[in-house]
Amino acid sequence: MNASVRQGKLIKGQTGEWEVVIGMEVHAQVTSQSKLFSGASTEFGGEPNSHVSLVDAAMPGMLPVINEECVRQAVRTGLGLNAAINLRSVFDRKNYFYPDSPQGYQISQYKSPIVGEGEVVVELDGGKVATIGIERLHLEQDAGKLLHDQSPSMSFVDLNRCGVALMEIVSKPDIRDAEQAKAYVTKLRSILRYLGTCDGDMEKGSLRADVNVSVRKPGGPLGTRCEIKNMNSINFIGQAIEYEARRQIEILEDGGAIEQETRLYDPNKGETRSMRSKEEAHDYRYFPDPDLLPLEFNQAFVDALKAELPELPDQKKTRFVADLGLSAYDASVLVAERESAVFYETVLDRLANRARDGKVAANWVINELFGRLNKEGRDITDTPVNAEQLAAIIDLIGEGTISGKIAKDLFEIVWQEGGDPRAVVESRGMKQVTDLSAIEKVVDDIIAANPDKAAQVKDKPQSLGWFVGQVMKASGGKANPQSVNDLLKSKLGV
Amino acid sequence: MTDLTSLTLAEARKGLADKTFTSLELTDAHLSAIEAARVLNAFVMETPDQARDMAKAADDKIAKGEAGPLAGIPLGIKDLFATKGVRTTACSKILGNFVPTYESTITSQLWRDGAVMLGKLNNDEFAMGSSNETSCFGPVGNPWRRDGSNTTLVPGGSSGGSASAVAALLCMGATATDTGGSIRQPAAFTATVGIKPTYGRCSRWGIVAFASSLDQAGPIARSVRDSAMLLRSMAGHDPKDTTSVDIPVPDYEAAIGKSVKGMRIGIPKEYRLDGMPAEIEKLWEAGAAWLKAAGAELVEVSLPHTKYALPAYYIVAPAEASSNLARYDGVRYGLRDQGRNIKELYENTRAEGFGAEVKRRVMIGTYVLSAGYYDAYYLRAQKVRTLIKKDFEDCFAKGVDAILTPATPSAAFGIGEKGGADPVEMYLNDIFTVTVNMAGLPGIAVPAGKDAQGLPLGLQLIGRPFDEETLFSLGEVIEQAAGRFTPARWW
Repeated sequence: MNASVRQGKLIKGQTGEWEVVIGMEVHAQVTSQSKLFSGASTEFGGEPNSHVSLVDAAMPGMLPVINEECVRQAVRTGLGLNAAINLRSVFDRKNYFYPDSPQGYQISQYKSPIVGEGEVVVELDGGKVATIGIERLHLEQDAGKLLHDQSPSMSFVDLNRCGVALMEIVSKPDIRDAEQAKAYVTKLRSILRYLGTCDGDMEKGSLRADVNVSVRKPGGPLGTRCEIKNMNSINFIGQAIEYEARRQIEILEDGGAIEQETRLYDPNKGETRSMRSKEEAHDYRYFPDPDLLPLEFNQAFVDALKAELPELPDQKKTRFVADLGLSAYDASVLVAERESAVFYETVLDRLANRARDGKVAANWVINELFGRLNKEGRDITDTPVNAEQLAAIIDLIGEGTISGKIAKDLFEIVWQEGGDPRAVVESRGMKQVTDLSAIEKVVDDIIAANPDKAAQVKDKPQSLGWFVGQVMKASGGKANPQSVNDLLKSKLGV
Repeated sequence: MTDLTSLTLAEARKGLADKTFTSLELTDAHLSAIEAARVLNAFVMETPDQARDMAKAADDKIAKGEAGPLAGIPLGIKDLFATKGVRTTACSKILGNFVPTYESTITSQLWRDGAVMLGKLNNDEFAMGSSNETSCFGPVGNPWRRDGSNTTLVPGGSSGGSASAVAALLCMGATATDTGGSIRQPAAFTATVGIKPTYGRCSRWGIVAFASSLDQAGPIARSVRDSAMLLRSMAGHDPKDTTSVDIPVPDYEAAIGKSVKGMRIGIPKEYRLDGMPAEIEKLWEAGAAWLKAAGAELVEVSLPHTKYALPAYYIVAPAEASSNLARYDGVRYGLRDQGRNIKELYENTRAEGFGAEVKRRVMIGTYVLSAGYYDAYYLRAQKVRTLIKKDFEDCFAKGVDAILTPATPSAAFGIGEKGGADPVEMYLNDIFTVTVNMAGLPGIAVPAGKDAQGLPLGLQLIGRPFDEETLFSLGEVIEQAAGRFTPARWW
């Protein structure tokens, strides 16, 4: 359907290869102070039923009033997904009975969503990219929470989350394997976090996905899909797709047929289980909510939000490559998480010479800092070496005060003990020796102590390296390697 | 002191200002009248202590010269309006002894302007009915009887308690709501004045919802002037109701007595029903003649989609109701009838809590919104609604200022007389009034005469959106010509 979609990994069955077709509905909790249609707080983790207004509890005669900030957040998100913004959209009621939904219906957008078609470009292993189409984004109310473990005979209802704004972001069925699916959610989450429209915290349930999976012979007609509900981990999404695709292939190859149904993934057993069949599906009796007028705004409203949009990961990546000469891969790593990009850019801002050292800084952030953080299972927001310190270390290398090797020692000291890197270099005598007379003395001593090797250098120029090593060792690593090299060459006549 | 209850609101306002009597005296007179009229079953909750407290507070303000426009005026409140600390049930068993922690916007505006609450008034359950017979508190008696008959008649509905109480001089005015005629039809049945303002003129916040796109509150009062005074306090924009409109509230009372000379009054030919009683026809002609005598010009107009209004209404209103009433589930407030699981709890609670008419409408509404039926029913009904609205727009675009019609196809009928076997018989009561709700227009019912059996009949005037003032001016002309009607006391 979409030319830029790369083929996914095919799955080999008994009867040949199968293609997986995946579409996703991601529910992203809107970052806002108050709920979609009431003034109650959206704060997470309050005492049960402490953030519930009369509207949320569906008291008689209560009416919803749209929270404009949620509208702005949805438009921002639409713009971040390169999507069409609908200047007129309609809120509908989705009717169903459940104690987590006090109104007896969820206010959602059915026929006329606030955001239309868009796209997300995701990066895959090996530098490949896939473009995943966005079908729509609409605003809707979250439900409350049922607590079944408080009493043997009763269930309790916590309405704190009830009425919090969600954006349901529906992809086209453009995803072709588990890797693409994981990359899609990762990228979507990153865009939302850059925009500040959703905190993306999957553990707290701020981002959840329903995954539609079907299989077909490559190029064949679409198969019957099953929907795996309420996934709140990117890894589980991958595992669930793998399992579900194989389950469907097995059924089809055994001559069976796939039943359209809703399934749940059990991460402990690593399998999906039927939740309800199509026959048991609700008739939601959607109709326009007569308590709310159609949501209308003008292009100027959209343009104003567009003008204030932050730089998004794709734009940032392009800029890093073009302006700083980073490799596409390094740039991708740096922009993947908003916090990483912010850290890197703070380092850049602190550098004495960003044109010269920008690329070095990228290497340091990715290899030294991220490597070290990973090893200790820490997050960039929790790094012991801050951007200012790292910039100072890179400045010290760039200006020739310390060598790259010493810099790694310095990084370790700052990681362990903190402090101003420049002061540490000073106090611990880590400065690189650039004083030629001092280096010359060491060079002379080494040559004098090794006359045989010195004589061989003319025939075996590669043995110069041995002398460099000896001089560096003797200077405690502080001699400027370039000066050492130059001196040795002239003295040995290479 | 009992003659204090026979004053109009305007007269009482003057008496209070002149210190001829106090609000406490006025309030006590009404409280006594309520007590003596319990047989009418107009009040489902009397709040005498609160009434006296409010009256004393009003007297204080009057003494200090800080009186609001309704200072000290005792009113009845339809039980559909949430009243803080006072049981509010919509006359449904399912709300049980629900006591709101909040006050509806409209009642809070009335209290802001100094009015006194006497109690809560009976109505059809969730405002679904045209006779006040569906109330869980039982039917309301109409203070009017047929000449020489002891048969108790219905006061109309759903605001039957409001109309009965105002007509029986139990309160000086009452709040009411109108989804398909629930203000105008009971007003016509009781010789009171009822106005349903333009959709969006009054806030719906804190009023138990029946059909959100049709519901609109308004007053029932003893005169056109009184209704203008009450509407001024009730109307206004409310940020808590997105469908309320932010335009200034005029001084409606100033429209009373204003000349109607040169106004063009439309007489819609489609409202001439087959088999309509001759006396309704006669009344309609009399009304037209009075307006003509006052200088208005009469023109025949056509509202071609009128005949589809009632069927379309009985799709849209139940559809919205089926969803609006989903919240009464026994989980958070009101009646709960236990079950072995949540589904049984829902089923038991709703089976026990809702009356037959409410159940019927919830089922109709659920059906017309169902997958596969939505387009044929709900969507088509909305299209009809658009056409009905356009009929009126076309009419007004031709320079018509207001439309004159009968308010009801008959006078009040006996309790249990109608709708027993065929609910449509009852639904036909709203034939002249539902179009106005479907189009969101203002409509006023004004008493205009009596039928051969001595029962009051009313005329309806329909206006342009937000032009309630013209309706008050024209309504005053009819009231002046027809005179005012008071029932002989039998209770």
